[in-house]
Amino acid sequence: MFDCTDPSQLSGLSWLMCYLTTGKHLSLYISVGTVLLLLAITAPTALLFGFGGASAARSRIPPLRWIGKGYIAVVRGVPDIAFFLFFVIALDQAFEWLRHKWKCPDWSEPIRQGSDFIVCAEAKLPLGTAPQWVHETYGFFVAVLTFAIVFGAFAANVLYGAMRAVPRAQIETAEAYGLSPRQTFWRILVPQMWVFALPGLSNLWMVLIKATPLLFLLGIEDIVYWARELGSAKTPRFTDYPHGDWRMWYFLALLIFYLAFTRVSEIVLDRIMGRLTRGQATLAGEAQRKAAA
Amino acid sequence: MKTLLMGTAVLAVTASTAFAAGHSVVRLGTEGAYPPYNYLDDAGEVAGFERELGDELCARAEMTCEWVTNDWDSIIPNLVSGNYDAIIAGMSITDEREEVVDFTQNYTPPSPSAYVAMSEDADIAGGVIAAQTGTIQAAHVAESGATLLEYPTPDETIAAVMSGEADAVMADKDFLIPLVEENSGMVFVGDDVPLGGGIGMAFRESDPEMREAFDSAIQTMKDDGTLNEMIVKWLGEDSPRF
Repeated sequence: MFDCTDPSQLSGLSWLMCYLTTGKHLSLYISVGTVLLLLAITAPTALLFGFGGASAARSRIPPLRWIGKGYIAVVRGVPDIAFFLFFVIALDQAFEWLRHKWKCPDWSEPIRQGSDFIVCAEAKLPLGTAPQWVHETYGFFVAVLTFAIVFGAFAANVLYGAMRAVPRAQIETAEAYGLSPRQTFWRILVPQMWVFALPGLSNLWMVLIKATPLLFLLGIEDIVYWARELGSAKTPRFTDYPHGDWRMWYFLALLIFYLAFTRVSEIVLDRIMGRLTRGQATLAGEAQRKAAA
Repeated sequence: MKTLLMGTAVLAVTASTAFAAGHSVVRLGTEGAYPPYNYLDDAGEVAGFERELGDELCARAEMTCEWVTNDWDSIIPNLVSGNYDAIIAGMSITDEREEVVDFTQNYTPPSPSAYVAMSEDADIAGGVIAAQTGTIQAAHVAESGATLLEYPTPDETIAAVMSGEADAVMADKDFLIPLVEENSGMVFVGDDVPLGGGIGMAFRESDPEMREAFDSAIQTMKDDGTLNEMIVKWLGEDSPRF
């Protein structure tokens, strides 16, 4: 490896190699992993929220239906950024309040003192004594939950529409065979709705990828934060690697990263679409059948 | 009456142990983007004047401290909702902020703010002036009659002047000095403006014990002159001292 002890003596490639392996750059590379991990966890969770929301919205039990429809309407209607700023602090305080009620029932002081939010030390989440990585992990999961709730509402609307797009004849046939509503739902409706849901869901996935920079609002240092931090002009007093305003190059790298990532997603989604279309009573399904014949 | 007293005593004891247990680690929140006060070094660690000061204060107050970085915009909301225990981020003591948080005594004397532009004849009275959102400088520009252009980070205010979007930038002079020294094109314009009551650490209003501890640690550093040494080291010979 290169000797990076005195970067001012280096030039060209060896300088670049040293520059790109500073601790700060390693944080940038780790944050790429954070973003990918967030997507990997958020996507299925959001889908779960969406499925729950959609099922609730078409329930025959009125209160359940109201909850489902209310969830879809409220979350879809609030701007993401307002939701992220308000909701995360509120969610965090709600968790702490619940733990406070449970762990410190004898607490006599008010929880809200002016603008402060005070719970007993045992109820802090994570505990004030916990190491920094616990705080970061906790922040990460609050972020996952927030993303899942926001994108779940959109997914719920997509799935709600998809459930209604399944041809009525399919449901009628199932009923004629004597399947119960529950069986009809799980065996006929759900397997067939995905093909109608996928275009909407793939849109959501793309938007979700692009929404990850909102992470910094939640106190998580994501790739855009590090790119901005690393790219900003550095004076020799505060770094061994002084440089001018390089944000353009860092953002160019981000652009390529996001484009490559969405391109790969598109390819994968196309494959899934082809797989889901098989045997479906849709135009594409028909075309597939003719091509095979 | 006796049980009442007992109860109070028990409560006081448990409260103080809870305090000790809860605060054996003090989380210090900073921005990490305002050299020389606080910035991230090449290893990605918080460094600068406040890093050294904060570590020394924690040593004197016999507490273990941990550094956390947070966006400037949400640095006060995250303090009052308890995500960290103190702000040490070049935050000037102002009456507006005093309404929400409690400050220690200042650890820098009231220091001047200044305008920096690409040329001597920049119009600082009526032109477009860049400043960081939610700073005393932004408030000053808004009142001065110039057009205020706000940015979330200090870097971006400088970049705006370099790209010509803004005629000048207003910030703490200590932040601007290294920039003017490095960039041959940038110059100070107009007179320095004294703003704010110096920089202090901010605590939740419900945390008086911890504020006290840091306040007296700052006092000891003022008394034995170590604070002045640190100011000279990081903020330069010209920066006001105690």
